[in-house]
Amino acid sequence: MLRDIWLIFRRTMSISLRNPAWVMIGVLQPLLYLVLFGPLMERIVESTPGFPPGNSWTILTPALVIQLALFGSAFAGFGLLAEFRAGVLERLRVTPVSRLALLLGKVLHEAVHAIVQAALLITLAFLFFDLNAPFGGVLLSMVIVALFAITLASASYAVALSIKSEETFPQLLNSFTLPSLLLSGILIPITTQLAPDWLYKLSLINPFRYIVDAERAAFRGDMTMDALFTGCVVLAVLTVLSVTWGARTFQRENA
Amino acid sequence: MIKARGLARRFVARGRTVNAVKGVDLDVQAGELVGFLGPNGAGKTTTLRMLTTLLKPTEGTATVAGHDLRADPIGVRGRIGYVAQGGGTAPECTVANELELQGRLYRLSKADAIRRGTELADQLDLAGLDKRLTRTLSGGQRRRLDIALGLIHSPPLIFLDEPTTGLDPQSRANLWEHIRGLRAEHGVTVFLTTHYLEEADALADRLLVIDDGEIVAEGSPDSLKARVSGDAVSLAVPEGSGGKVAEIAGRLPGAHDVSTVDNEVRFRVPRGDTAMPELLRALDAEGIQTQAMQVHRPTLDDVFLTLTGRTLRDAEQAETREESHVA
Repeated sequence: MLRDIWLIFRRTMSISLRNPAWVMIGVLQPLLYLVLFGPLMERIVESTPGFPPGNSWTILTPALVIQLALFGSAFAGFGLLAEFRAGVLERLRVTPVSRLALLLGKVLHEAVHAIVQAALLITLAFLFFDLNAPFGGVLLSMVIVALFAITLASASYAVALSIKSEETFPQLLNSFTLPSLLLSGILIPITTQLAPDWLYKLSLINPFRYIVDAERAAFRGDMTMDALFTGCVVLAVLTVLSVTWGARTFQRENA
Repeated sequence: MIKARGLARRFVARGRTVNAVKGVDLDVQAGELVGFLGPNGAGKTTTLRMLTTLLKPTEGTATVAGHDLRADPIGVRGRIGYVAQGGGTAPECTVANELELQGRLYRLSKADAIRRGTELADQLDLAGLDKRLTRTLSGGQRRRLDIALGLIHSPPLIFLDEPTTGLDPQSRANLWEHIRGLRAEHGVTVFLTTHYLEEADALADRLLVIDDGEIVAEGSPDSLKARVSGDAVSLAVPEGSGGKVAEIAGRLPGAHDVSTVDNEVRFRVPRGDTAMPELLRALDAEGIQTQAMQVHRPTLDDVFLTLTGRTLRDAEQAETREESHVA
């Protein structure tokens, strides 16, 4: 099983390493947020009460890291559809390799991809902007990003294999990613002081908000805070559910 | 090598039930090269996907390469090779990487996988292509790579789904040679599907003809052709003499299905080659000069027509069944 996961992981890795530029291109968008939106937020955070502690970069960077992982992994299903069309998936399913290993090898690749991009973005934020975060916290935030990527990639695979349509898939993704991003306070945290009551309450039903909160708490190095604990529990539950869903889809015939 | 009893598969799509395969019995002995012939949508691929563990049968049992399909699918997978209709190579992978990965997924050690990959590449005219990305290969090369991938673990049985679809005639003839070689030189049992009659004719020892989810005939290409009653003869005759020619032709021993269309007379007769001189003498005696004549040995297309009442081409055109959507 571990051997199979490793084989699939290595293969997926070697394919994506053929085009390493994509890792950079992915980081470009959040980098633009840092450059063109970050300075704007600096003043707002200073002069407005209600923001969580820390300067604007400590609030913005972790959120961008999550956004980056979300876009990277949620679209992982596209790659799978391409493999499905090319018959690669079926060829692999006829070998004795375990189908769970097929899934795990692929989602681990997504996790590594997300970690590399996150590391790149955080490094840039450290070097060129006023990001101030403890090393331990950043490390923990990487774990969160990795699990988040695994969760999204598994779900993305499950959805892609269920609908098997390159046309419907992106529409479905967009209708899901935008509201979940907005409702998790990705740019401006949705706190009791900043948001109207209804918006705050609405955001509470969005599981991703807890993950963004946890990521911010990790960047602050605030290991005692509730946010971190809640976020990790939510993330753990989501990961288990999503990987189970993905595994079932991979095991199902016709997939 | 394969023994299947009552293998059936039902699909339910959008509230409608489609019986894609309706109870198929199959027996394939070790070392046979068996062709599975039928129009698109007849249930060939569905049957193949059941036999290769990709699809669970709704009914029936089967033993494939010594393992029970239902009880031990993983045992089956380890002992068979499967080459799907559209192939299964990743465009951004190199030939060598694909071969090595495939070998290792079949539990070969890294060294063995590489050694076996090289061996197969030589055998299938792929030597020297190992560093190439598969998307840069020609259609014939890619197809041979697909077959190499299916053979990497030296399975005693290989399934080829429409192996030559989409290939140019030259690559097709070349692939036929390789497929014959698999059996002749390596003793591999080959089970292939095709909707090309000439392919079935050229390759298979034995044919199974499937139509609408059921096996409608089985036998060697020759024995199947013998089922069609006789050779087809057509004569081009002078204006106005059609009726007379038809009458004379009808008197030949065993002649039947005589018809006249415009200035062409057609009929069937058991042995076209021996009947012709006799017919020509009789026509000569009547002073009728035939302008052209043709004798056709029956083709598998005729077989299909005799068995199902339609030609393979008609069957394909009428094909609007849901199999392609659901399978």
